[in-house]
Amino acid sequence: MYSRFHIELAIVIVAALAGCRDTHEPNLDSPARQPMQRGVIASALAPGLSHTLVTMDPRAEAYYDNAEAVVTGKRLYAQYNCSGCHSNGGGGMGPSLMDNVWIYGGRLEQIHQTLVEGRPNGMPTWGGKIPDEQLWQIAAYVRSMALPETLAAQNGPTPSQSPAPVPREADEDPGWTPPAGTTNDYTAVTQGR
Amino acid sequence: MRFLSTTILLAAPLAAPAQTVPSPVPANEVFTREQIGRALAAPTPNAGRAQPSSANAPEDDGQWTMPAKNHAATRFSTLKEITTQNVRSLTPAFTFSLAVNKGQEAAPIVVDDTMYIVTAYPNFVYALDLTKPGAPLKWRFAPQPVPASQGVACCDVVNRGGTVDDGKYIFNTLDGQTIALDTKTGKPIWRTQLGNINIGETITMAPLVADGRVYVGNSGGELGVRGWIAALDEQTGKLEWKAFNTGPDKEVLIGDDFKPAYASERGKDLGVSSWPADAWRIGGGNVWGWITYDPELKMLYHGTGNPGPWNAEQRPGDNKWTAGIFARDPATGAAKWFYQMSPHDQHDYDGVNEQILLDLPFDGGMRKVLVHPDRNGYVYVIDRTNGAVLSADPFGPINSSKGVDLKTGRLAINPEKSTKLGVTVRNICPTASGAKDWQPSSFSPETGLVYIPHENMCMDWMNTQVSYIAGTPYVGAEVHMKPGPGGHRGELTAWDPVARKPAWVIKENFPVWSGTLATSGDLVFYGTMDGWFKAVNAHSGELLWQYKVDSGVVGQPVSYRGPDGHQYIAVLSGVGGWSGAVVAGPVDPRDGSAALGMVSAMSDLPKHTTAGGTLYVFAIPH
Repeated sequence: MYSRFHIELAIVIVAALAGCRDTHEPNLDSPARQPMQRGVIASALAPGLSHTLVTMDPRAEAYYDNAEAVVTGKRLYAQYNCSGCHSNGGGGMGPSLMDNVWIYGGRLEQIHQTLVEGRPNGMPTWGGKIPDEQLWQIAAYVRSMALPETLAAQNGPTPSQSPAPVPREADEDPGWTPPAGTTNDYTAVTQGR
Repeated sequence: MRFLSTTILLAAPLAAPAQTVPSPVPANEVFTREQIGRALAAPTPNAGRAQPSSANAPEDDGQWTMPAKNHAATRFSTLKEITTQNVRSLTPAFTFSLAVNKGQEAAPIVVDDTMYIVTAYPNFVYALDLTKPGAPLKWRFAPQPVPASQGVACCDVVNRGGTVDDGKYIFNTLDGQTIALDTKTGKPIWRTQLGNINIGETITMAPLVADGRVYVGNSGGELGVRGWIAALDEQTGKLEWKAFNTGPDKEVLIGDDFKPAYASERGKDLGVSSWPADAWRIGGGNVWGWITYDPELKMLYHGTGNPGPWNAEQRPGDNKWTAGIFARDPATGAAKWFYQMSPHDQHDYDGVNEQILLDLPFDGGMRKVLVHPDRNGYVYVIDRTNGAVLSADPFGPINSSKGVDLKTGRLAINPEKSTKLGVTVRNICPTASGAKDWQPSSFSPETGLVYIPHENMCMDWMNTQVSYIAGTPYVGAEVHMKPGPGGHRGELTAWDPVARKPAWVIKENFPVWSGTLATSGDLVFYGTMDGWFKAVNAHSGELLWQYKVDSGVVGQPVSYRGPDGHQYIAVLSGVGGWSGAVVAGPVDPRDGSAALGMVSAMSDLPKHTTAGGTLYVFAIPH
């Protein structure tokens, strides 16, 4: 049973992002290198494994437990018109960000990845247009919106005005774990493989 | 690689109680009709009977070829098998799933025993064979608009319908195409790309086909998109002319023919000089609502949308030619006259609502008018030959203005409700979506009444500084909407345009966001956002029949004669649009500012309906 919640932490260097390529690194875009590269994982489907894969972009670390990051992110979120589509987290032209429902993953590095790359159904691509440091700060603020601490601080009809820092533990979960207390029978089959 | 165990965080979904709908605005905070209604002359009902001309509304052939039914835009059917006496037995004849669960705002079109429907994005088109039991699918067409266009659609990914003319079904796609399909085969005859999503352009309106041309306009007033109307050759789809609604006269197609009724609309390049430097380039004035064509006068009428950004302090000036109505030459686009309902609009009062073309008794004689219930709360009766306002009366709650000065044509702004940077101005009526939005009225020549589906909502508004970033919202306002006086959020008003007052009013809990349909059976049909499709007595408003459909109704009901000779009523269900975004979203009801402030007033809608998308067709069992 102990293996039920084991998670593989694949530490990968995400240097191949649009707009922040590091020319000193080997060419990770090369098809020949694909088996070595995971990028930021945005799917719960890991073929054949008993558990969801999680990547950890080391650049994300600085934005956890960082009150300044979320406050700066809140300011940038308004300045760059994120609020025009996502309002104060409730959404509109774009989806809600405060309901903890994530189409492309809700961990900090996944949100950052979405900001950099854009998404097909209307999320613009911001990589290369907004400095990467600011994208991480915006991602931290967005990650904070669904935190119980941020939601609890809502006073009146406008949420996300007092964003709580994102605790590091919040993202140890891959984001697709069944609720606590869920009986899980399938692990027995794959244990020990 | 290493393994470690994790903590489960946030595993249980958080309880998401919607915020409560704000208290209604007290009745004493809005002006009465008597305080602000104005007209150039007293009503003269004895001078004649309000009706469309026979050229604009020819004899009803039992089809429904265009969303507005005819060029007078009456949405009136002379069919009368369904009456006030038998409507209680009205039942569904068939239904059809649209396979799209977004706001369905289109009118079903019926020509030659075939029904044509276009859905919200991804703008599927269906042709149903009405001659066979159950109306099976004849063909279908998927235009495959660019998915990213969803990200620049301000207020749900709606489509307001297509139209059939000369063997073609002509419609627009969210990503800015106009497409003509062969009605026999469903294959494209031509496709013309008109919009560019990378500057925020989309198209949601229903094209108008008249005089051998297809007239189309763009959406994007919330994204700093410069508004235009274009005319395409109906046979080839090639652009014949394009007129912008901001900028220099030569791009607005203002020339020697331009003869507006009021001095404030006269002068060179007002579309430049009534803005801060270059602000007209990103100033809105989009054509996302209704276009009407008068074959007698050979004039085209279209409204223009709100100026951008919403924060009016960033654009001092009258902001020509936004929030008004243009009359143009259909062949060249040359402007004939313009009237600005809301100069320097501060409240998102687009001027794009329908124009119903009537001959109306006024000042002892008959006048050729257009009747236009505007977002700003007034029913305008305008002489459509010259753009002069004959009367302007409130049909919804108003305190943002104090009436229209009929000498100058100018709206009298109430400075107490002017919007300000960093200050929340409370209880502004009507709300940003207006006393009435795009949802079209109908007119019955038999009752002489205009059946106006509308809202009873107000708002709190705070201006915020906004920068223009191409392809993103350019709004600059934090808005929270709320119910108007009385607490109900919608009304169906039967408006007497001659007497200039309502004959009756039905109050609805939610905004009435569907169009209305009037029939010769003395009936008016409309739908509610919580999913009731209703028939009421056209003379009294008495509810005679209602049927609960699968999702809220924001579409346009129509009536046609089937191949079997019987009368049918058709409507799309599927809640959405701006007011329904909290259901069609995904939008979180805990954020009152979500969906441009609409969620504040609509946070309880998810308790009443879910997203859907179905065609319903009703008949008397036979």
